[in-house]
Amino acid sequence: MDKIIINHLRELESESIHVMREVAAQFENPVLLFSGGKDSIVMVHLARKAFYPARIPFPLMHIDTGHNFDETIEFRDRLAKETGAELIVRYVQDTIDQGKVVEETGINASRNLLQTTTLLDAIEDLKIDAALGGGRRDEEKARAKERFFSHRDEFGQWDPKNQRPELWSLYNGRKKLGEHFRVFPISNWTEMDVWQYIYMENIDIPNLYFTHKRKVFKRDGTWLALAPFMKLKDNEEVVEMDVRCRTIGDITCTGVTLSKANTLEDIIAEIAATRVTERGGRADDKRSEAAMEDRKKEGYF
Amino acid sequence: MENKTKGYLDMELLRFTTAGSVDDGKSTLIGRLLYDSKAIFEDQLESIERTSKKRGDEHVDLALLTDGLRAEREQGITIDVAYRYFATPKRKFIIADTPGHVQYTRNMVTGASTANLALILVDARNGVVEQTLRHSFIASLLQIPHVIVCINKMDLVDYNEDVYENIRKQFMSFAPKLDINDIRFIPISALKGDNVVDRSKNMDWYNGATLLYTLENIYIGSDQNHIDGRFPVQYVIRPQSDEFHDYRGYAGKIEGGIFRVGDDVKVYPSELSTKIKTIDFYKDSLKTAAKPQSVTITLEDDIDISRGDMIVNKNSLPKVSQEIDLMVCWFNERPLVPGGKYAIKHTTKDARCMIKDISYKVDVNTLERNFEDKKVGMNDIARIKMKTTAPLFYDSYRKNRNTGSLIIIDESTNETVAAGMIV
Repeated sequence: MDKIIINHLRELESESIHVMREVAAQFENPVLLFSGGKDSIVMVHLARKAFYPARIPFPLMHIDTGHNFDETIEFRDRLAKETGAELIVRYVQDTIDQGKVVEETGINASRNLLQTTTLLDAIEDLKIDAALGGGRRDEEKARAKERFFSHRDEFGQWDPKNQRPELWSLYNGRKKLGEHFRVFPISNWTEMDVWQYIYMENIDIPNLYFTHKRKVFKRDGTWLALAPFMKLKDNEEVVEMDVRCRTIGDITCTGVTLSKANTLEDIIAEIAATRVTERGGRADDKRSEAAMEDRKKEGYF
Repeated sequence: MENKTKGYLDMELLRFTTAGSVDDGKSTLIGRLLYDSKAIFEDQLESIERTSKKRGDEHVDLALLTDGLRAEREQGITIDVAYRYFATPKRKFIIADTPGHVQYTRNMVTGASTANLALILVDARNGVVEQTLRHSFIASLLQIPHVIVCINKMDLVDYNEDVYENIRKQFMSFAPKLDINDIRFIPISALKGDNVVDRSKNMDWYNGATLLYTLENIYIGSDQNHIDGRFPVQYVIRPQSDEFHDYRGYAGKIEGGIFRVGDDVKVYPSELSTKIKTIDFYKDSLKTAAKPQSVTITLEDDIDISRGDMIVNKNSLPKVSQEIDLMVCWFNERPLVPGGKYAIKHTTKDARCMIKDISYKVDVNTLERNFEDKKVGMNDIARIKMKTTAPLFYDSYRKNRNTGSLIIIDESTNETVAAGMIV
């Protein structure tokens, strides 16, 4: 008999592909939320594998804060072209211009929170009934309670205390008109799993994840990348360092790590030795202990 | 470095469930496993230290790691199933951490549904209590293949062998009522670390393995059903491109057995026979595929197949019926309505059902059957009969946890109101 070895990455991969196919089968108008970060790149890779040789049967959607690393946008456009998937971009700037939200002011101003309105508007406009996201349960304690199929009411809200039980691999995507689902196919992956998978599958990722020289400054113990729209405090000094991104999000709230990691092997070794979570550098999570739970209830990613 | 990276790629995945209350040391045990395997990070530790201090706790409450929701932290209870992850060089572990109180039976059942192993904690000072029985019964009902009974707080009973032996005998005296083949016992102290990761120096009389060693080495290769080939069709892939003009692939996850190219298969509900032409996974063509792989199968003959159909190995056919006899665990505040109609999901198939009969209820604390009180409310476990609108192709839950399970959905609220295990 043939020996069949299924390692943990293949098992996780199979689970994620199963969830993506359920989405394609149970929903009429799903989108895959794409941020340009490694998790969403892995999601696109899984979606390609799930439906090959057909194309990914749903568009990619990017909620663009306008505060990006340039490399992210280039990478996004290239990947969309390569997969042949439709790319939808919605801009936070438009939501601001429409007067629906007001830009934050002050030194820690970020458009991170404003994205929620842009996202919910897009979901309503485009009649999206399922939005696939790359959220993982190991990222954050409120996310540890997420379902694969996470129900949202007509206001896009999450009710964490009243979630549907999820058993075996049976996913209940039934909903009423105007409601939608957030679906998290890589719920069970850890940061390490994602990197090992990128390594195993040889997935192309933006160079931002590898060491490079960049002008940075330190705020509240976190190194932040300097960008034109960021305000500096008087005592903050800009220096050039060897850094890499551990997560990629809005540039205003994504910390960078001092690192010389040049290859995927280096990154895996670095993560194996690290003692801080990947979101430890995210200013958006530090606003309060339940910052993520509160944002998620309102309809955040 | 090369070896280290490679090593990470060869790990097996073990999913286990724990259930218990604050007092029996469950959080301490999980905290220790996570901490010793470096799955807890400094910023997480700092964050829970801050919260513990703010609440005025005497020591750091590791439960705060898993109790992620604001309401849970405020009330100091676990409301929901929390998933935690850790890995050693041998295995990656997913813990479904569930509350142990009777009002959370539904969460225990949810956590147990995907577990290969259940960790049951017994306080050495109290011995087997009602909660122990409840956890064991749920592990048995949900057919978790392995159970480890950790007799905890051995430090508080002077590491006494007699205490351990008595509890073991107590547990084994009701084990015949359970349907679990592999039950192991480990005397531990989660707080002091005895027999969790390192062998205890305080219990020379115990010759068995430590908890972590057991978790890393317990044989799970035969937990899956490798005999009966089951492939519920999830999605039909038709590229309609020039290159793949005639391609018609059936995408799905193998839920039982092994499939090989050239195998004789039968398709339900049409019951037509054909052979497997290819097993595709992205750009690779596989010769064989097994549970739990997600693949795409193409067939020799052109048969009308859609989502909800099932491709099975011709040598072992599933049962086909519209009259289903099953155990259910009820999840919803609205009780089961006898004669009521519900939607169901079974494998990739959607159907409707009518509840025909409630045979009996099971008391989860005593395992006794109640033929008198047949009102099935939240957290109740009962044996029922249903009639479905279309035939199901299934196996008994004992034979296959995926083709033998279904969920019941209330059509007016769309909520999942029950889990069903087909008898």
